[in-house]
Amino acid sequence: MTRINVTVDGVGYEDEVEPRTLLVHYLRETLGKTGTVVGCDTSNCGACTVHLDGRSVKSCNVLAVQADGHEVTTIEGLAQDGELHPMQRAFHDCHALQCGYCTPGMIMQAIDVLNDNPHPSEEQIRVGLEGNLCRCTGYHNIVKAVQQAADEGSTAGASAGATAGGAQ
Amino acid sequence: MTAVEDRPKTEIGAARKRKEDQRLITGRTKWTDNIQLPGMRHLAMVRSPFAHATITGIDTSAAKSSPGVLAVLTGEDVKDIQGGMANAWPITEDQKAPVHPAIAVDHVAFAGEIVAVVVARSAAAARDAAELVDVDYDELPPVLDLKEAAKDAVLAHPSLGTNKSAFWQFDSAGAGTGGPVDEAIEKARADGIVIEREYRQQRLIPAFMEPRSVVCDPTGEQLTIWTATQVPHFVRIFTALVLGIPESKIRVIAPDVGGGFGGKLQHTPEEVIAVLAARHTGKPVKYTETRSESLLSGHHGRDQWQKLTLAATKDGTVTGLKVDLLADMGAYLGLVTSGIPVLGAFMFNAIYKFPAYQFNCTNLFTNKTWTDAYRGAGRPEATYAIERLMDELAAEVGVDPLEIREKNWIKHEEFPFTTVAGMTYDSGNYEAATARARELFDYDGLRREQQERRDRKDPVQLGLGVSTFTEMCGLAPSRVLGALRYAAGGWEHATVRMLPTGKVEVVTGTSPHGQGHETVWSQIIADKLGVPFEDVEVLHGDTQIANRGLDTYGSRSLVVGGQALVMAADRVIEKAKPHAAHLLEASVDDIEFSGGQFKVKGTDKGKAMAEVVWAAFSSHDLPEGLEPTLDADATYDPVDFSFPHGTHLCAMEVDTETGQVSMRKYVCVDDIGNIMNPLIVEGQVHGGLVQGIAQALWEEAVYDDQGTLVSGSFVDYTLPTAADTISFVTDNTVSPSTTNDLGAKGVGEAGCIASTPAVVNAVVDALRPMGINDIQMPCTPERVWKAIRSAGSDQADATTGDAQPHFDAGAPNQAPPDPSSSASAEGADQ
Repeated sequence: MTRINVTVDGVGYEDEVEPRTLLVHYLRETLGKTGTVVGCDTSNCGACTVHLDGRSVKSCNVLAVQADGHEVTTIEGLAQDGELHPMQRAFHDCHALQCGYCTPGMIMQAIDVLNDNPHPSEEQIRVGLEGNLCRCTGYHNIVKAVQQAADEGSTAGASAGATAGGAQ
Repeated sequence: MTAVEDRPKTEIGAARKRKEDQRLITGRTKWTDNIQLPGMRHLAMVRSPFAHATITGIDTSAAKSSPGVLAVLTGEDVKDIQGGMANAWPITEDQKAPVHPAIAVDHVAFAGEIVAVVVARSAAAARDAAELVDVDYDELPPVLDLKEAAKDAVLAHPSLGTNKSAFWQFDSAGAGTGGPVDEAIEKARADGIVIEREYRQQRLIPAFMEPRSVVCDPTGEQLTIWTATQVPHFVRIFTALVLGIPESKIRVIAPDVGGGFGGKLQHTPEEVIAVLAARHTGKPVKYTETRSESLLSGHHGRDQWQKLTLAATKDGTVTGLKVDLLADMGAYLGLVTSGIPVLGAFMFNAIYKFPAYQFNCTNLFTNKTWTDAYRGAGRPEATYAIERLMDELAAEVGVDPLEIREKNWIKHEEFPFTTVAGMTYDSGNYEAATARARELFDYDGLRREQQERRDRKDPVQLGLGVSTFTEMCGLAPSRVLGALRYAAGGWEHATVRMLPTGKVEVVTGTSPHGQGHETVWSQIIADKLGVPFEDVEVLHGDTQIANRGLDTYGSRSLVVGGQALVMAADRVIEKAKPHAAHLLEASVDDIEFSGGQFKVKGTDKGKAMAEVVWAAFSSHDLPEGLEPTLDADATYDPVDFSFPHGTHLCAMEVDTETGQVSMRKYVCVDDIGNIMNPLIVEGQVHGGLVQGIAQALWEEAVYDDQGTLVSGSFVDYTLPTAADTISFVTDNTVSPSTTNDLGAKGVGEAGCIASTPAVVNAVVDALRPMGINDIQMPCTPERVWKAIRSAGSDQADATTGDAQPHFDAGAPNQAPPDPSSSASAEGADQ
């Protein structure tokens, strides 16, 4: 067992984990952060995407011990004081989700896309989301949602970083 | 409040944003795998690596002594209590099927079949121990190819003596719905046109995003099963039947379910095993499959060979259609495996007036994963076949594909129309949908561009694909299901509960898993009862709460379940009228209800619904004979199917040098009857389109010659990504259904059914001048390139030699130092 210190959604945790524990399993099983889900076992689907120090990672592809000393933001840490993150709102407005299973990862990745490029073209959005699979929406409305969030301006991408920053 | 100002005049038809979203976008979800119970144990499955083998011995001793392991169960341990998985649709009296044990006892029939189960303290400990279970197999020869299976040379189940499960026929001459098809074909051979084709419906995997998961809690009086399913009511009934547990002792809950697409319309071995393991250990257990297990062992879809003969007169009027199917059941029959191809039997004639029709289907076993429902279930296969054939006929006659369809389709004024397959289409307007799609697509402009590209021998050719589809939705009238030998009925149930505080609880027997029923059912009730949209709570997916229901599949929820809801709401109003009459000191006959108010006719005297509800609740002053409740329920058995239709147009660019295909434009105009919520309808269409397009271009479950699924992960089973797809143009025409009060027809499968032939027709259309009339799905660059090569066209020859001028024989193979040189050369080509 290895001792790790991780800040998740603004709360500091200290835990003993098996070195083989994946970050997503640590989040779900140890911390009860079940908003982040597992969709595959080959890091193709992106359902488990979270932010590690403000950048998107597939948490099935990161060991919990690699998150030691770092900050993780999950879908559960996005809304602040009951106020939805602009990307969450955009997904709701544009009907960018149906079953909602890919949604946490998709939203986290969409925020990362805008962090990289606040005003992406449709193609840049599509390429930016390539690592996240959705079986329900055909991506049409997801792309629309990211465009809406981008049109709303700087807050869309930045505040996830601010969430992580706020925890320091 | 803006919410009030924004309130639409009627909720039905408004683009309401979904109620379901809040919990889903904030991660406040209840997926089955999220459930943790005190003392919960975890399961891991040991699965056969062989497609066909005899089990000669299982050594569980090492696994049993692994840390944290409570039990290891084999088929031998549970053979007397596990029963056999059920098939609810024996399509013929003499249908053959092998017993399907949840845990194989001495014979495995596909790679992935469960041979042992480990119960341990953690999922990791269970999986570690599963590695230690030592199984001895004697390999048997597998039968994998459908046409080989038909020969019965190698048997998937030697004990069955044959691979043939059943043969099912519909013949219009026999049924009295049309003439004899063989005569029509004979006549066409003499003086008309006969189109004979064989198409392949490749095997697909539903690939819902949430892997299946099941939790079983044996503590307490009732056994509680949470499961990622579309069909909690089926799971309850079949758990009772398979395991011999009283149905009243079983509660099944489908919590948040992450997609299904037919893939979660099943009662699974894993669900049976969870019950066995929970009862064996006396503790709650959980099993969540990995994605690889899901692709390997969850049921697959499609997998047919279709032999088709279309007879027509020289001017392109179809005179007959004969269909011969081989359908792959896989290794076992699931709940409705055997009936899936039969659902297509009524749809091969599609929107057309064929005078003669025959459908023949042979269901065959192979040593591959079982097949069953996948979005569209039988209807995409039928639509694909006929829409491809109509393009072939157009090419043969030498007219535009839209023209040949118009010549043969049912005219607007001919509805209701009874088809050669015996279905009565209640409403539709193929002319209107097609005209609108043509306009949005700029059909004529794209045809001109296609000709220009052909004329200048552009290496990138343009193809236009048409699909004018229909489907049968609203499964299903129970009398029809009975006639088709299906075990259950097709009704649906709803309850409306009027809570004393003015809120309304709606209980539906449908079981949504992403569709948005909570939103739409609230819209319907808001309009019917005059209560705010926000005040309606929709409950579903728990057999103790929604005790009656037949769940969600086959685009049935709105047209059947919605109608049950309307009837229940009407009963609430009728029950409330005497209460209102009493409060208003008026005669019941003088009470009318609208906009949430009970009024005395011709006066301004009235009582709001909430006041009447409260009076019934308090019941201080009820006249004799009135019950102190307004709650009502209804069970509705549909009088007929509904028949959505639409015109889908697709433009594909095909690079004749590389075989690469890319979608340029996709327009669809669907007629799904009255629309409850256009936002949700569009979403259903988008998602369906991409699933259908994925069949045309990308997806296939591939087995090697040993029977190993080689597309067994998301690395190899290539679901489309955002980068593979485009944005779509969608619109609707509206011909209300006459078979339900909502006028709705169903939309869940439309996109998936219509898009596959539209895409393949477009690819073939691009290449038809080269003499190509078929490319097997999925139309990968390799297949397209090979088709072009074997057609021996000029364009294909151009790929050799100087096509890559930067690559000189003998020189190092590297990119040119100045990338602009190759870019400009490329530009010059176009």
